[in-house]
Amino acid sequence: MHAKHIVVRGLTKKFGDFTAIDQLNFDVFSGEIFGFLGANGAGKTTAIKILCGLSYPSSGEVNVAGFDVYTQTEQLKMNIGYMSQKFSLYEDMTIYENIRFYGGIYGLGRKELHAKSEQLIRKFGLVNERNSLIADIPQGWKQKIAFSIAILHDPKIIFLDEPTGGVDPITRRQFWELIYEVSGNGITVFVTTHYMDEAEYCHRVSIMDEGKIVAIDTPNNLKSSFGAANMDEVFVKIARGAEK
Amino acid sequence: MRTIFYIIQKEFIQVIRNRVMLPMMIIMPIFQMLVLLYAATLEMKHIELFVVDNDHTEASRTLVSKFEGSSFYMLSGYSASIKEAEKQMKNDKTDIILNISKGFGESLSRGEGTDIQLLINAINGTKAGLINAYSLNVISQFVGEYAKNKGTIVEQSSSAGLDIRYRYWFNPELNFKHFMLPGLLVILVTVMGMALSAISFVKEKELGTIEQINVTPIRKYQFLAGKLLPFWIIALFELAFGLTIGRIFFDIPIRGSLFLLFGFSSVYLLTVMGIGLFFSTITRTQQQIMLLFFFFNIVFILMSGIFTPVESMPQWAQTANILNPLAYFMRVIRMIMLKGSGLQDILKELISLSVYAILILSLAVWRYRKTS
Amino acid sequence: MKSFYGFIRKEFLHIFRDPRTLLILFGMPIAQIMIFGYVVTNEIRDIPIAILDQSKDQATREIGNKLISSGYFNLVMNLTSLDEVEPAMKRGNVKEVIVFEPDFRKKLESGIPGSVQIIADASDPNTANLIVNYTFGIMQDYMKQYQQGKPNIITPEVRMIYNEGLKGVYMFVPGTMALILMLISAMMTSISISREKELGTMEVLMVSPIKPFQIVVGKVVPYIVLSFINAVVIILLGFFVFGLPVKGSLILLLLESLLFISLALSLGILISTVSNSQMVAMFISLLGLMLPTILLSGFIYPIENMPLVLQLISNLMPPKWFIIVIKNIMIKGEGWQYIWKETLIMIGMTAFFLLVAIRKFKIRLE
Repeated sequence: MHAKHIVVRGLTKKFGDFTAIDQLNFDVFSGEIFGFLGANGAGKTTAIKILCGLSYPSSGEVNVAGFDVYTQTEQLKMNIGYMSQKFSLYEDMTIYENIRFYGGIYGLGRKELHAKSEQLIRKFGLVNERNSLIADIPQGWKQKIAFSIAILHDPKIIFLDEPTGGVDPITRRQFWELIYEVSGNGITVFVTTHYMDEAEYCHRVSIMDEGKIVAIDTPNNLKSSFGAANMDEVFVKIARGAEK
Repeated sequence: MRTIFYIIQKEFIQVIRNRVMLPMMIIMPIFQMLVLLYAATLEMKHIELFVVDNDHTEASRTLVSKFEGSSFYMLSGYSASIKEAEKQMKNDKTDIILNISKGFGESLSRGEGTDIQLLINAINGTKAGLINAYSLNVISQFVGEYAKNKGTIVEQSSSAGLDIRYRYWFNPELNFKHFMLPGLLVILVTVMGMALSAISFVKEKELGTIEQINVTPIRKYQFLAGKLLPFWIIALFELAFGLTIGRIFFDIPIRGSLFLLFGFSSVYLLTVMGIGLFFSTITRTQQQIMLLFFFFNIVFILMSGIFTPVESMPQWAQTANILNPLAYFMRVIRMIMLKGSGLQDILKELISLSVYAILILSLAVWRYRKTS
Repeated sequence: MKSFYGFIRKEFLHIFRDPRTLLILFGMPIAQIMIFGYVVTNEIRDIPIAILDQSKDQATREIGNKLISSGYFNLVMNLTSLDEVEPAMKRGNVKEVIVFEPDFRKKLESGIPGSVQIIADASDPNTANLIVNYTFGIMQDYMKQYQQGKPNIITPEVRMIYNEGLKGVYMFVPGTMALILMLISAMMTSISISREKELGTMEVLMVSPIKPFQIVVGKVVPYIVLSFINAVVIILLGFFVFGLPVKGSLILLLLESLLFISLALSLGILISTVSNSQMVAMFISLLGLMLPTILLSGFIYPIENMPLVLQLISNLMPPKWFIIVIKNIMIKGEGWQYIWKETLIMIGMTAFFLLVAIRKFKIRLE
């Protein structure tokens, strides 16, 4: 946990007069699971889009996986994976076709593609669903497949934007097992979530409010410094504080 | 190159899986060629003629039978009352009233000049102009024959001093379908090529799958090429399909080189699809882009010369047509198919369209933003 | 009721927040009327021709000048041999070649008919027919002068009824009106309803306390307003720019337009009940509404010239009846007695489409 995979200094994004995010400063270390929390509209999605090279900052320095987001967006993209809150697989294609498509775009070789998709299909026990359309697969599975596709090209960092929205608790657990698995393989995980129990699974979390980071630490340290029993309470306390 | 291949593969899969697109691709050409071609006709076949004859002489009867004998006219009524005739016209039951007044035959037989009245329903100006032309033709034929038979007034016949022969080249039977079919083919490939690729692009924006593409290191031109090529191939197939239908059912001539026709079409398609993709970079929803298409396509089609000769349009419209890809293709497809024009005849259009294609495609690549 | 107003407001906002769409919705009728008025006219002028004069005497020169000064033709080439005729036409810029045979004037003077050949590019048959006719007329005129004004045997006196100047405006204003109202009312509503289905927002609306018919009415109201404004704009343009008066009752015309708008909307709703994506709605509108409106309604091509089957089918096309009604009111100045039949047909069609749409809608809900 020494190398810095994400370095953010003074990151600001404005839309006209509205400041969506204001002077963010934080680092994320390699192999870390970094939780990015905040209420709706706090600026999480704006920040994650900048980190993925989907949007340019108004000012500030951002370096992801060793690449600058202003000038090296395309190299950066080669080294990250992204799974968004909107579901992004093609519903009218099969699992294998989706894998082949995204893998192909990242330049994976034919043999590699084949091996990887076989491995995935077996890992999830989807041998029978191999040829069914994504549209016909249960939501929980879709998210796991989307996640697996996002790390198909062995990125250094994976960005997950509310990956577990609308999923039952059991599937959510399974999903977190996947996250731990890739983290164990040395991939940095950057995850936004609404669920405070999920925040406990993170190595470190930051909490955003009105475009600013109001707290950043390990879950345990946060709980003790706010005198709270769980992350939920921490969050509520911060929100109340902001209201004052 | 391999990246582009994966996108093409994906687009094809999606087209084939789509339960509407595939039938549409087969129904569209059949519908256009078989139904619309019959509808889009200005062949004068059933001009409804109402005769008001107050003369009742051999001469007036001969003139009327001359009209009846022509395959263009159908006698819709015969009366001595002009009131009756006008009522028929009001009800749209007649296109032209031939009003022969008393004394017509007598004046003729005395070798004096006489007149005759033609009342033409002119709400449709084009049709009225044609009816007028046809009717004057019949009358001058009548005059010619009448003069010959009577023998007395040859030197007075206005056309006696000229021996005019007509020749209608490239389409001697004046078959209007041969004129319209290439025009409909242009619309077919344009709608198919332009709309399908661009809408599939905007659909990815609307459904959010574009974001997943944008976080990949794919090049902008690779993505656009992948969106363009499958529909480019499909549109060329549509052209071949339409041509086959035209060949089988209407015996449409293809006098020029088929190779040249497809070569030109390929360049043309790159241009219109470039315009389509450019539109899709500036719209967010399918509704917006469809509306944009309707607007531009209606303007493009009407100005392309599909119905009326481009040369008769006002100068500003001809200048504006420099930017109208349909105008180039409309002209060239008819030249190649009907006249058998060769490469050197269409070289100017080919070069212009190639430059257009390069410009608009570059514009689309430049305008497509992976980053907001 | 309050939630219903709120819903209508949302639909208006959707449209007005999108200036591009709004611009097109209002720009389209204007652009179309202008193009029909100034570009797609049936006037023949400046048709490029070539002359092959093998006689080169005063008579052929005079005929040539007469042709050019008529405004119909534009001399782009003087040919010197028959071999040049074909290449000139194949390059496409020459639509007619006039070939004067040798000794033209000499023949005329000695009382023998002078020979002239008119070769027309008939790949566009109607234009070919018209230009040959004009050429013929101009030559006849010349001969009349040449023979010192001896009278014609028959002088046809031609009167163009309802449209003296053969202006296209009498066709395209009614046609454009039908087309635009059809486009906005039927296509836009069907796409807008299908969009809610495709994006899944329809389900949200369905579980809200708003009743299904209120959803549909709410979707439809903004487009009624837009269509009606467009109808008025087209009538105004026709009057002020092209001098097309409304001879009959304006109120009757506006009422009939409203009836046609309702008819188109009921079609749009029907289409949306059978399609679940915007692309499908668009293609059905395109194939089922737009092309037939343009081609099967008598807008551009007269219905009488079509094969019987198509003439029968054209009776099923709503715009056909609307175009008849507008023409009768605007151009012929007729009143109710000439349009009641067409009006009844349109009312019947509206009722029919609405009934089918409601049935379909109910089935989906169950």
